[in-house]
Amino acid sequence: MSASKAAASPPRRRVSPLRYVMPGIVLFWLAMTFIGHAVAPYSGAAIQDADLFEGMSRKFLLGTDYLGRDMLSRILEGARFTVGISLAATALAVGAGLLLALTASAVGGLVDQVLSRFLDALISIPSKMFGLVVVAAFGASIPVLIITMAIIYVPGCYRINRAAAVNIAALDFVAVARSRGESTFYIMLREILPNMVGTTLADFGLRFIYVVLLLSSLSFLGLGVQPPDADWGSLVRENMPGLPYGAPAVLMPALAIASLTIAVNLSIDAFYGSRRAREGVH
Amino acid sequence: MAPLIEIRDLRVEARGDDGQPVEIVKGVSFTVERGEVMGLIGESGSGKTTIALALMGYARFGCRISGGTVRIGDTEVTGLSEAALRKLRGRRVAYIAQSAAASFNPSRTIMQQVIEAARIHGTLDEAAAREKAIGLFRAMAIPKAETIGERYPHQVSGGQLQRLMAAMALITDPEVVIFDEPTTALDVTTQIEVLKAFKSAIRDRNTTGIYVTHDLAVIAQIADSITVLRHGFVQETAKTGMLLASPAQEYTRNLLAAAEPARRERPALVETAAPLLKVTGLTVGYGGLDAEGMPLVPVVREVDLAIRQGEALGVIGESGCGKSTLARAISGLAPPARGTVELGGKVLGPGLAQRSREELREIQLVFQSADTALNPRVSIGEIIGRPLTFFFGLKGAERDRRVRELLDLTHLPASVLNRQPGDLSGGQKQRVNLARALAAKPRLLLCDEVTSALDTLVAAAILDLLAELRKELGLTTMFISHDLKTIRAICDQVLVLYAGRVVETLPASAISARGHHPYAKLLFSSVPALHQGWLDGLAAPAMPASATEAQGREGCTFFHRCELRMEGTCDRIVPPPRQTPEGLTVACHHPLEG
Repeated sequence: MSASKAAASPPRRRVSPLRYVMPGIVLFWLAMTFIGHAVAPYSGAAIQDADLFEGMSRKFLLGTDYLGRDMLSRILEGARFTVGISLAATALAVGAGLLLALTASAVGGLVDQVLSRFLDALISIPSKMFGLVVVAAFGASIPVLIITMAIIYVPGCYRINRAAAVNIAALDFVAVARSRGESTFYIMLREILPNMVGTTLADFGLRFIYVVLLLSSLSFLGLGVQPPDADWGSLVRENMPGLPYGAPAVLMPALAIASLTIAVNLSIDAFYGSRRAREGVH
Repeated sequence: MAPLIEIRDLRVEARGDDGQPVEIVKGVSFTVERGEVMGLIGESGSGKTTIALALMGYARFGCRISGGTVRIGDTEVTGLSEAALRKLRGRRVAYIAQSAAASFNPSRTIMQQVIEAARIHGTLDEAAAREKAIGLFRAMAIPKAETIGERYPHQVSGGQLQRLMAAMALITDPEVVIFDEPTTALDVTTQIEVLKAFKSAIRDRNTTGIYVTHDLAVIAQIADSITVLRHGFVQETAKTGMLLASPAQEYTRNLLAAAEPARRERPALVETAAPLLKVTGLTVGYGGLDAEGMPLVPVVREVDLAIRQGEALGVIGESGCGKSTLARAISGLAPPARGTVELGGKVLGPGLAQRSREELREIQLVFQSADTALNPRVSIGEIIGRPLTFFFGLKGAERDRRVRELLDLTHLPASVLNRQPGDLSGGQKQRVNLARALAAKPRLLLCDEVTSALDTLVAAAILDLLAELRKELGLTTMFISHDLKTIRAICDQVLVLYAGRVVETLPASAISARGHHPYAKLLFSSVPALHQGWLDGLAAPAMPASATEAQGREGCTFFHRCELRMEGTCDRIVPPPRQTPEGLTVACHHPLEG
């Protein structure tokens, strides 16, 4: 009797340890973006040891790279590039996408049509190809990387945000604001935007992951961050010769990329899930 | 003989916001004899649908049946396994949902779905099931019974779909049929046909039924007994006649009173020469314009109307007749293709962009659904305060004082100021909706179905508020509704709209079932009266609806459904509005009877 009742009762919301671990990892990498240089045990640029591709040891926690530099320090210092550049590019892409989406939904008509078709055209360009062409043309400086990746991801952001915004723009409270004579700007920022924060934040997180992966692959191809600076993608690339020796130098930067993207993804899910449960809608 | 259905001390739990179980049905007991229909009535949240679903051993997601017994014949439903429940559902207990449109699969033909239950339960083979379905379609008075099964759900009308769903439920000859608000979403003129079909089907088959509704007048036609529910408790159970004649509970008396809303007190009109609002030849539509500058899909056609200062004009008509579009065109939200809107003798621009801020302030539109009309992320104080800042430049303490005045005016507690719309009840939200419109100090208030989404008693309170506001503020209002009783309670003049055209204008006091445009007559006579036997007393239509449903631009819009249609005249010439001595304006070719 009691067993069947327990089975029939609504499932209790589980508090998984992931809810704290994942945001912890995100915060850790975010912190390293700013203080990675300060906390690194060695200088990432300095050759510490004649031994190349060393394994993990007490002296070099994550081993050494192809020039005998401390891998841990290089990864911590690389966070600045991977996380920093990605964050800047994502913020730019989401900001621009959001602004365009709000404009399109609040103004509607021809403006919406022109914006949508133009960005649809842009979305059809393969991202890595676009990146290759731009970097080949303008060189691989950090501003060029940020702007290129922002441009690549604006259309996607626009699509998602526009889909959310047009639904809200069709609701009666927006019609009320319009019939009051409110400006388009007011309708965009005060009536529509507050109702799509959840969607935009979730999109920000996902977009950030795409940007990290794109930056890493560009760097892996040698088109991203240029030596002597190195982001995690470059670290994987430059330590490729260590692969036959099973050196941690190849694996560790790859793991760093994975840990960041997975942690961001799961943090969004947890945040979004609890929000949904709390508000009991959608 | 033991009753067929016996529910004893039924309890259903739901998970509350804090994860703790909350009882939503709190010990309900009643019995239904074989062949009888029990009506369950109550406002939203009273547990009526939950109880009906429990008859199938079903609890909605997040809910569970936590106690009591539900017995159908010899079967104890709450103790059945999932497999046994599957055998029960659709076979011995069938369910007819509120929205037939949402209950049919749009990608399969109607017949496939109607006979599905017979196929699953193996009661009939395919050919026999089809034959039986066609018989049921006939019994339900569905036109083209032989072929309608080959159509897809979107190809038949809402009223037909609801009857087809009833046929689907009856295909296995269930012992119990649950009707869950099956006519709530229908227009009154359609509701009658569906109710008649249900009633004869129930009678012919000696079906035992549970009929869930919030409409006392509807249930009085169908049910033998009525159980009144409130907050998960039974208020009272009685034979229908007894309950209507001498309700035992205060709550039931209130429900009865609200079901026939009294005419609210209205201020005496000041006779002024010029009307406040004058609409001339208004045509609104969508889909671009044709060569003559007319919209391809006209929604409102050549509407003329006038509202005097302090007057309340009711606009009535079925869904899709253009009521809301008319209001939106007057407010400037939907620019008309033709015609003009004059306020206080001044012609207003067609769209919002062509109107000054002052002109926008003078006309305020109150939307039907407060859920979508209030921004869920903005506090009540800001929602009401924004028009004050926007139109009058009020800020700080002064604005705050005015917001509190408006809350007071609409009988809202000051404690709602910092809350968001999601924290308020339906009635409170509608009051905020009104308060926001009043904040602009409008000369004309357009109310679009403001009571339609509310429970009967809450709606009655909103009507009281509107009547009070009219008296205190001398408001001029246009009150749109599909509900004749509401219109009669609050309006001075009534405008009957059919397919975008005004077919009749009349004083609210002249609403009766005779001497009107044929559509108005049909509409007025379709509103269920609050006494038993009203449905049986209705006469059958003299002439069935015409088979062609196409609506040409020429002729009377009501032609295809009219009992008095004259080929050659009514389908060729738009009937001009004519005045009658009683103060009615009727657009019909027929001479008006007295």
